Amino acid sequence: MHALLEFFRPYALPLLYALIIVAVLPLVAGYVVLMERKVMADMQVRLGPMRVGPHGLLQPIADALKLLIKEDIIPENADYWIFWLAPLLSVTAAMLAMAALPFGPAFQIADLNIGLLFIVGVSSMGIYGIVLGGWASNSHYSLLGALRSAAQLVSYETAAGMALVAALLLAGTLSMKEIVEFQQQQGVWFVFLTPIGFFIYLVASIAETNRAPFDLPEAESELVAGYMTEYSGFRWALYFLAEYANMIVVASIATTLFLGGWLRPFPGVHALDFLDWLPPMLLLGVALYCFYRTPKQPVKVQQGFLAAVGLLCLMLAAILGAALVPPLVRFKPAILGGFWFVFKVFAYIYVFMWLRFTFPRYRFDQLMKLGWHFMIPLGIVNVIGVASALVLHRQMHWGLAPALGATTLGTLLVAAYLAAVGRRYDLPVVGEAE
Amino acid sequence: MTDTLKSGFPNVETTVLGADEIILNMGPQHPSTHGVLRVKLKLDGEKVVGSECVIGYLHRGVEKIAEHRTYQQFAPYVDRMDYVAAVSNGLGYCEAVEKLLGAEAPLRARVIRTILTELQRIASHLLWLGTHALDIGALTPIFYCFREREEILKIFEKYCGARLTTHAFRIGGLQYEAYDELEKDVERFCKDFEKRIDEYEALLTNNRIWVGRTKGVGVLTAQEAKDLGASGPVIRASGVQWDIRKAFPYAAYDQYKFEIPTGRNGDTYDRYLVRMKEMRQSRLICLQAIENIPSGPIMARIGKVLKPPLGEVYHSIEAPKGELGYYVVSDATVQPYRVRIRPPSFINLQAFDTLVRGHLVADVVAIIGTLDIVLGEVDR
Repeated sequence: MHALLEFFRPYALPLLYALIIVAVLPLVAGYVVLMERKVMADMQVRLGPMRVGPHGLLQPIADALKLLIKEDIIPENADYWIFWLAPLLSVTAAMLAMAALPFGPAFQIADLNIGLLFIVGVSSMGIYGIVLGGWASNSHYSLLGALRSAAQLVSYETAAGMALVAALLLAGTLSMKEIVEFQQQQGVWFVFLTPIGFFIYLVASIAETNRAPFDLPEAESELVAGYMTEYSGFRWALYFLAEYANMIVVASIATTLFLGGWLRPFPGVHALDFLDWLPPMLLLGVALYCFYRTPKQPVKVQQGFLAAVGLLCLMLAAILGAALVPPLVRFKPAILGGFWFVFKVFAYIYVFMWLRFTFPRYRFDQLMKLGWHFMIPLGIVNVIGVASALVLHRQMHWGLAPALGATTLGTLLVAAYLAAVGRRYDLPVVGEAE
Repeated sequence: MTDTLKSGFPNVETTVLGADEIILNMGPQHPSTHGVLRVKLKLDGEKVVGSECVIGYLHRGVEKIAEHRTYQQFAPYVDRMDYVAAVSNGLGYCEAVEKLLGAEAPLRARVIRTILTELQRIASHLLWLGTHALDIGALTPIFYCFREREEILKIFEKYCGARLTTHAFRIGGLQYEAYDELEKDVERFCKDFEKRIDEYEALLTNNRIWVGRTKGVGVLTAQEAKDLGASGPVIRASGVQWDIRKAFPYAAYDQYKFEIPTGRNGDTYDRYLVRMKEMRQSRLICLQAIENIPSGPIMARIGKVLKPPLGEVYHSIEAPKGELGYYVVSDATVQPYRVRIRPPSFINLQAFDTLVRGHLVADVVAIIGTLDIVLGEVDR
């Protein structure tokens, strides 16, 4: 018995983390949806969900409940088993990718030495769910959506990969944890070292997660709902969950590789140590606002819920604050790191949303053109640029900053050239007025 | 030959449906067919090689109803055709019957009609802009457009109590006097609107994705536009200066200065630009009109029972979507013998097949949007 316990001992913590992720992820995805709706409402001069719970805070729960108890419909002409399997594939791939993500220095299920490769590989398996689902639905809209999705993912995964290679060249390791630690040693995030790489990854990750302006596979106004057209109820919810989980995954990759993972902004600068107090103060502020608003809620249930949210924020503020006081200070990186990681992930997702509500949608051929004629060549040039900067740095003993500055400038020139090549309109005049 | 009929594409020259083509049915329940338009698309991959519009899902027999109502009773029905531009519909009908009677509305009535009709044009174009942008994937402009449209609807509500199907005008003039702050309300709206329309243009006009999605998409040459009988912004974007307001002035349009914006390339982008410029022109007309609203009666002396003399008349106005014509035949009774309506949406929709051929599925929704159809009017 003792031997058995000893055998399982190393697996206890990862198992616990895995359970936490599986349990919490749907909730987080639900609240990302709420956040999206609120951000959208803010940009569109309206309020967004306000009815279920104070400020719509219970809306995700209500939505999930509705989706759970909806009738389970599988179209008669659909391929039953594949139709059944496809959303599971999508959601499994998205969740599996979380295994290697370092949410904080202490919170990671497995620190694989091929971490990044694992995440990228596994998360791109999710496309099978989309393609199979679209095919199994036996509907034109679904099929078109699925095909678009497959082509899009293949194109943009390449560009994203090139962007990641640039960061990997700098870090020299695939382990997610070591990548962050390397940035800590250098005292600078990779976004400042290879801004073009970050830009490429930003665009490519939007395309990879099928978000606007690249949301062609589910383009509502064209393909109704793309590959999800025939899905409803809980299966649909799984696709939805997979989409938002994928967003969290790509945001986490970007955070880890380019935005310094769990590190505070300017981790090495002691003059900015007051930034450590920002997280607890922020949460304290939110908590106080919740308490301030509590008596103004119309119903007892809403009052209770808002007070509970306030208490939760207060608790988190206390935990974050406690990590700053001397006896507990050794937990500081673990606790505050978690906050900064989540904060950056959400900031990244916010950019996704911002773009979504600002831009119209690309057409399919334009999307492909952007991918193959602009993003991928630029990605390759960027890799060459970063590599030559490293050669200059290591062999010629240039400083890292001037070397990278010079190559970034060169890459920018290539980008300008690529953009200029693509911008040529010459339309015939058809009118008689002139 | 029979195969073309069986395939359901009378205008596609094909004998046997190739194995590599699929038929995609869009609508009548589809998020972006603007109501209940049904489009059958023949696709080669994502490329459209043929199309057929199936209409009639909203047919209510408006023209037949007219034959069993008195002239005044029928007036509210026309509001239900182009239900996003009810005021314009009413104007066309009232003026047609006035022409038949040989009467003319007093100047004051005509000026107020002009103001409300131009406001309605702005409202209709705003709705078009919002939905068109939504079809192309810009989620946000529609809310801004509705915010502005709301102001216009509030003015309508203050004037006649209704917002959508207003029945604002009566045969012979107006039923209601302009309310006291009408000028002030219109002026305030026009003042705000200039900044707002700049905002929309900032969001779209030079946006690279928007330009890419609309430039060169759905090109209609001037000759094609004329052959198809297109009117309104659709024909003007193809570079033809054709506007009923200038060609056959009605209401009080001969008193105001305004331009007719035209396009050069006849594509979706030009139709967008033309409508944006039209909104600015409408705003200018409103500003000119409120400067000097003449006093006087608002109703011509035409009697309570309308019995136009034997005869027929065709009267058309420049509705937001194009030439809206009413052909009214009188048999000297209180009911029209026949009312034939020339709805601009219906005729512009004819251009659909010409526009979509060779484009991608994504362009189909852009083209449906750019034609600015309202199915209530197409089906009547």
